[in-house]
Amino acid sequence: MLLIRCPYCEEERPELEFRNAGEAHIARSANIAGESDDDFEKFFFIRSNPKGVIHERWRHMHGCARFFNAVRDTVTDKFIMTYKAGEPKPAKLPGVAK
Amino acid sequence: MSGAFRIPGAGRLKQAKTARFSFDGQAYAGVEGDTLASALLANGVHLVGRSFKYHRPRGFLSAGAEEPNALVQIARDDARKTPNVRATVQELYDGLAAQSQNRWPSLAFDVGAVNDIASPFFSAGFYYKTFMWPKAAWKSLYEPKIRAAAGLGVSPDRPDPDHYAARFAHCDVLVLGGGAAGIAAALAAAETGASVMLADEQAEFGGSLRFETGARIDGQDGFGWAQGAIAKLKAMDNVRVLSRTTAFGYYAQNFVGLVERVSDHLQNPGRELARERLWQVRAKRVVLATGAIERHMVFADNDRPGIMLASAARTYLNHYGVAVGKNVGVYTANDSAYAAAIDLKKAGVNIAAIVDLRDNPTGPVIDEARALGIEINFGRAVVRAGGKFRVTSMTVQPKNGGGERTIPVDAVLMSAGWTPSVHLFSQSRGKVAFNDETKRFVPGTYAQDCVSVGACNGTDGLAATVDEAYAAGAKAAKDAGAKAAKGTKPKVDAGESWSRGMLGAAPGAGPDTTVKAFVDFQNDVTAKDIRQAVHEGMHSIEHVKRFTTNGMATDQGKTSNMHGLAIAAETLGKPIPQVGLTTFRAPYTPVTFGSIVGHARGPLFDPTRRTAIHPWAEAQGAVFEDVGQWKRAWYFPKGGEDMHAAVDRECVGVRKTAGLFDASTLGKIEVVGPDAAKFMELLYTNPWEKLEPGRCRYGIMLREDGFIYDDGVVGRLAPDRFHVTTTTGGAPRVMNHMEDYLQTEFPHLNVWLSSITEQWAVIAVQGPKSRNIIAPLVEGIDMSDEALPHMSVREGKICGVPTRLFRMSFTGERGFEVNVPADYGQAVWEALWAEGQKHGAVAYGTETMHVLRAEKGYIIVGQDTDGTVTPNDAGLDWAVGKKKTDFVGIRGLARPDLVAKGRKQLVGLKTKDTKVVLEEGAQIVADPKQSIPMKMIGHVTSSYWSENCGRSIALALVAGGRDRMGETLYVPMPNGVIEVEVTGMVFFDEKGERLNG
Amino acid sequence: MVKAAAKTTASATPSAERRAALAGQTVSATGVALAVLPPAERISLRAPEASVAALSKALGVTLPTKPKTSASKAGRTALWLGPDEWLVIDEAGKDPLADCAKVTALHSAVGISHRNVAFSVTGPAAAAAINGGCPQDLSLEVFPVGAASRTILGKSEIVLLRSGPDAFRVECWRSFSDYVFTLLSEAASDAAA
Repeated sequence: MLLIRCPYCEEERPELEFRNAGEAHIARSANIAGESDDDFEKFFFIRSNPKGVIHERWRHMHGCARFFNAVRDTVTDKFIMTYKAGEPKPAKLPGVAK
Repeated sequence: MSGAFRIPGAGRLKQAKTARFSFDGQAYAGVEGDTLASALLANGVHLVGRSFKYHRPRGFLSAGAEEPNALVQIARDDARKTPNVRATVQELYDGLAAQSQNRWPSLAFDVGAVNDIASPFFSAGFYYKTFMWPKAAWKSLYEPKIRAAAGLGVSPDRPDPDHYAARFAHCDVLVLGGGAAGIAAALAAAETGASVMLADEQAEFGGSLRFETGARIDGQDGFGWAQGAIAKLKAMDNVRVLSRTTAFGYYAQNFVGLVERVSDHLQNPGRELARERLWQVRAKRVVLATGAIERHMVFADNDRPGIMLASAARTYLNHYGVAVGKNVGVYTANDSAYAAAIDLKKAGVNIAAIVDLRDNPTGPVIDEARALGIEINFGRAVVRAGGKFRVTSMTVQPKNGGGERTIPVDAVLMSAGWTPSVHLFSQSRGKVAFNDETKRFVPGTYAQDCVSVGACNGTDGLAATVDEAYAAGAKAAKDAGAKAAKGTKPKVDAGESWSRGMLGAAPGAGPDTTVKAFVDFQNDVTAKDIRQAVHEGMHSIEHVKRFTTNGMATDQGKTSNMHGLAIAAETLGKPIPQVGLTTFRAPYTPVTFGSIVGHARGPLFDPTRRTAIHPWAEAQGAVFEDVGQWKRAWYFPKGGEDMHAAVDRECVGVRKTAGLFDASTLGKIEVVGPDAAKFMELLYTNPWEKLEPGRCRYGIMLREDGFIYDDGVVGRLAPDRFHVTTTTGGAPRVMNHMEDYLQTEFPHLNVWLSSITEQWAVIAVQGPKSRNIIAPLVEGIDMSDEALPHMSVREGKICGVPTRLFRMSFTGERGFEVNVPADYGQAVWEALWAEGQKHGAVAYGTETMHVLRAEKGYIIVGQDTDGTVTPNDAGLDWAVGKKKTDFVGIRGLARPDLVAKGRKQLVGLKTKDTKVVLEEGAQIVADPKQSIPMKMIGHVTSSYWSENCGRSIALALVAGGRDRMGETLYVPMPNGVIEVEVTGMVFFDEKGERLNG
Repeated sequence: MVKAAAKTTASATPSAERRAALAGQTVSATGVALAVLPPAERISLRAPEASVAALSKALGVTLPTKPKTSASKAGRTALWLGPDEWLVIDEAGKDPLADCAKVTALHSAVGISHRNVAFSVTGPAAAAAINGGCPQDLSLEVFPVGAASRTILGKSEIVLLRSGPDAFRVECWRSFSDYVFTLLSEAASDAAA
């Protein structure tokens, strides 16, 4: 069982309290009704599924109930960092080269 | 005195306490503190099992958890039969009854032993090569027969009467392994005040100090020091000491699974004691002090009972006071077997000879053995063991060939060296490194916050081990945040040290094809099998493992992996590190399902949710159905009614007078805030801004892809307050879906969501008399049609308690849903029931609810929809706000596929034969005469007998369904084709007049 | 809301009896005692930071803004559940919903008195009993007196409040109360063993 740092609770909490909510930073268009089929396809159906660093959403379902974002390495299953919903994709990741 | 092989004055057990036990029906006596193994050996019993594949007679190899042979069945009673118990681990209790396994009809005469003679047919890869075809033989022959022949123990066939506990725990320092290293590390960590947990799989702490007579620490003998140190640790508030506790799995972020055997060693464990307790421990730092496991020598017939690890024989002597034989041979490739020979000799056991594969080793133990007059043969090998049910001789030959000499023995002690137990380190994802000089894999690169100390780290010698462990324990505590403390490091006065040895097959292991020199005892893998696997093209050690099954038995190759690897490497002509080690996986030793399940069985398997009105329904004899975790009243049979009769009566009763229905399980969400209506507009297809306070609307919720996700009636209590209802099963996910959009897509909206599902008990009162039943109990609400029209909501009081009273209908009748605070639910229900009795009202369950709504063509999300149905498909286009510019799903609804012609649409079906009730899920075709496979154009989603309509009714999803009104379609079933007519979805009161009836 | 008089019967409206889930049940084992607590008034309070002062004043207890904390005054306890969410429990029989109704600052107060059932878990083995199903670290350093958190117990969500070094309050939804009580009872007997 992983420990996940909740950016709202400001501490690491057991994975059992959390639920994954898919890839992060996929914004719903303010004019979604006017979107082209291609754009809607990209928004709704296409996910990056990377080997390595992924930005994803989690919800502290059985804790503060907030959705937040996490950067996780899908190879090592290690959380690199977490940050609040609505915050931009971090430019630099702690402990990751590049 | 218990057992002829018990040596007076030897060992640490108190001879006074006798424990009687039986093995294969034969009665024996042991003493308290024995294991089943030591007690049997004390009685001279070596033959305890038959091997897995060849059914060869087997005895004890070890005195611990690595035991591959001595697996027995222990039965406390009919329901508590535990197979594959290692006799070397099972503690003796008075009355213990054990049976041998894998033999028929008896241990001495086993029919399956024919496999040993026929063994050329059972060579490596036998299973892969043989059981390819014919396919049918898998079911009839291979599976049942081979399972019966090769099976280990017998599983109990009754529910397990024991109970199992579970505990989450956190600590600063978790020390795994309670030998000298683990104890020293725990002492150092505990002295700092850090919270420490120390676990060891044995009943008593001490590890190899149990047999190392040469160890002296702080002026005491090693084992005595260990007991004193443990007593000291147990007395400290910041330390938890767990014996009989195996760390079986090391997971991410220092999360370690331990299983504590709480009561398997007790004669009469009380009901209050769990059998086992699972500890899920999160440690800031882990100290691995898991020791090392001795390896056997690989030579012909090295599996004969009486042939065992030297350290095992030493443990049986020095701890249990048992001699494993009277005339014992020793075969070794390192120093440690000498210590065993010396101890036995001093205890009066004859040592027939020591056979040492090394050429001219020197050292104090060799000198001591020689001084005791023990015959020592250097540069020689044991090429074969004699005997079948018990070893009778060992045949010795110079290792480079030459004359043979057969020495009579009744036991052989062997040692090929020691393998560091890196299992947990490896499970932690650490990378092992091969030390070419000492020929062993030791911890290399760490992946987690842990440290290995002592023998498992390749550290030789007691003094070095204690130094290393004590420093590591102190550092672990410091790294975990504890303050440094001035403790006293245990002082090692004397200790033993052994390293080196050999890996792989000794000269006596072949190459003769008839030789069985066992590498893996439990899976009957010989040196020849490994060589053959390489010759047949298995060049990766992972392939060799799977092809031969080496290391794949319940002992996970604790004694065999290194030998197997070395033989494969030699055959491949590659150095060992290039061939690599197979992956160590959890569990370290077998873990019962019970301990994994823990508390989660019976009523604790999953929460059973009951409504506030449940006790009333139960008292009325309701039959319940499971809806998710909820128990819902399904129907209320009266006076011997079957379900059909009860449902017919309930259905008619509701439409004739009225019915009461417990709708408490419906999901309920209170949406509050100045932007509540805006939020509702975004989450539902319907328009909400103009809905007046006090009015209700049926809402449809879509996913972004345009498909129906949920539905329910929503009441507007105030401009900034909505009372939303969801389906019973959908409640949690709808809440999650709404929170997701609110928090991440529409965070600018000033609105909040609160689950009120369980705040309100909901009593639906439906039927022409519903108002008459409710009105007398209500205060502060005008119940007239003008003041409270269909689809409206009022707050007031009923029976003196607050209510949210909805005028709504899921039956097509005049109807109400009375919401009251849950604790009042049953009393209000009883009051309404009493009023209802004056009018002949019925109580109805979910089945009647389903029939009545189907008569009206109201859909049930998840039954009439399946995640691919749009509002238009379901005939609910009217509920989609046409002028809206945004709501979740608006874009999805415009996808080409969703607006294409010929989509499946929800329609009604009437069977031509009115008595025939269709099966839900049945497929529909246009032409029943077409060839198979037929083109299926839809399926039945809901189907019931409708007593009110006097016929069967059904809803179905049919391609282009609404253009097929009046068409005849067909439902092919196993016993004939059913003709149906496509109709509208409303079967009863098409004009909807009864809503105000 | 439309509220018109509609009393139609002459007989006095009976006052419905309150039947709380598991009312009065207790379990005791060595070192730990479990009891179902009496009904209390509760609200789910949601509000932005700007409204916290006004709401605190109206409620008579300062809403905590630090994660995993609570504040208590005169029988009323406010538990921080999330950055804009509090569970307010009143054991003195006063209605926090009515107090919030007077506040004009932006907020949402929803009555949930009947939604939850509360248990007390007390005694030296209380934390061990709760750890029979709760994965959080309940040591006094990490979960001190006054700490409060929504978390899980086995397969049920709970709200956990530490009311003393050896005392906890466990709240769960009404229909989960059987499950939670049974699990706590089993875990308590194991913690005692």
